Amino acid sequence: MPPPASSANIDAMPHDHHDHDHPHALLPPDPALRVKALETLLTAKGLIDPAALDEIIDTYAHKIGPQNGARVVAMAWADDNFRRRLLADATGVCAELGFYGRQGEHVVAVENTDEVHNIVVCTLCSCYPWPLLGMPPGWYKSDAYRARAVREPRAVLADFGMELTEGQAVRVWDSTAEIRYLVLPQRPEGTEGWDVDRLMTCVTRDSMIGTGLARVPA
Amino acid sequence: MTRVHDMGGRFGDGPVRPEPEDAPVFATEWHGRALAVTLASGALGQWTLDASRFARESLSPADYARFSYYEKWMAGLADLLVAKGVVTRDELAGAAPAPSELSARRLPAEKVAAVLASGGPTTREGNAPRFVPGDPVRTIRPSRNTRVDGGHTRLPAYAAGAKGSVLRCHGSHVLPDTNAHGLGEAPEPLYAVAFDAAELWGQAEGAGDEVILDLWESYLEPGHG
Repeated sequence: MPPPASSANIDAMPHDHHDHDHPHALLPPDPALRVKALETLLTAKGLIDPAALDEIIDTYAHKIGPQNGARVVAMAWADDNFRRRLLADATGVCAELGFYGRQGEHVVAVENTDEVHNIVVCTLCSCYPWPLLGMPPGWYKSDAYRARAVREPRAVLADFGMELTEGQAVRVWDSTAEIRYLVLPQRPEGTEGWDVDRLMTCVTRDSMIGTGLARVPA
Repeated sequence: MTRVHDMGGRFGDGPVRPEPEDAPVFATEWHGRALAVTLASGALGQWTLDASRFARESLSPADYARFSYYEKWMAGLADLLVAKGVVTRDELAGAAPAPSELSARRLPAEKVAAVLASGGPTTREGNAPRFVPGDPVRTIRPSRNTRVDGGHTRLPAYAAGAKGSVLRCHGSHVLPDTNAHGLGEAPEPLYAVAFDAAELWGQAEGAGDEVILDLWESYLEPGHG
């Protein structure tokens, strides 16, 4: 165990003071104005490019989202060889499809079965596989989900209107490191012979987090 | 003892409120802006992802509780910009902005796609793992950063001092406890460790339920069956 470092060479935050000592308190309290103030200041200092901000927003609003993860899941349902490769090396398999990048550098796929149902949470912040699912929904980042999913996952599933089948155990994956988990939901009945594009219509975002099941065809 | 963000297992937060699958990615315009300002500022290279998490965790408990998600991001970013000397308190308060020598590192729009696509892997060369899948382990207690008082760590309090077993080894990864504080990457083997729900909570909600956490080797001691 190394000795505690002296304060001179530790990057610390100016924490543990009164709220008003935090620099953020110098910004306007209204959140929209806060963001605007920061953007204006950083732009004026030449540190951010407003066009880059537009590009980032467009990327996560329109280009990267749960359709990526849905394709991976549908491919795993359609091709057992792909499924085995995915479970062995999700990072590599997803990267081959172009689903790699920020917050998806290390991916592990976990498979739901008749015996085990998997659920993903990040109790400490909001870790989420961006290249596969995009930005997390509000509930995933909420205190209620972060606090409860690890202790009472079945009660949380009930909030989603979901009940496990008899004999299924729950595995809750708390994303405490840079590994991002993708749930491989069970393939619904009545989809025999479907191609990947059609199978994708059964894959919901929540089914890839574990708070839902794949859609059963009508 | 860790900080306010470490809420796993807490009682009293009420129901989870699901949203429709097709709800807008950004509920309001400033949410997207807040995400983008944070990512573009991070691209200046003045702090690590671990440091930005620590900045958000270091909000006062009162602020952490009253701020919405992206408000926490904005507050953490403002605090980090000042802590790293990228902007001054006076500039945040409205003083005329001074030019910055970091402007050469500004992320231009045409590089956004490449930067987001390249990511920042945290695997590193490191020591051979001490544990193998199936090994019984016990987490250290209390959960704390052993180098920096009140510093960043990724062992949630609810899993401190608990017996589990190694499920898999993810290879060596950058250690957040040092990397958040400018103390180097200090890579260590990282493991997925499975805990019986009953071990963590006294009783399990359902038979066979488990919680799995990714934990660095220094968070773990050999278990004793």
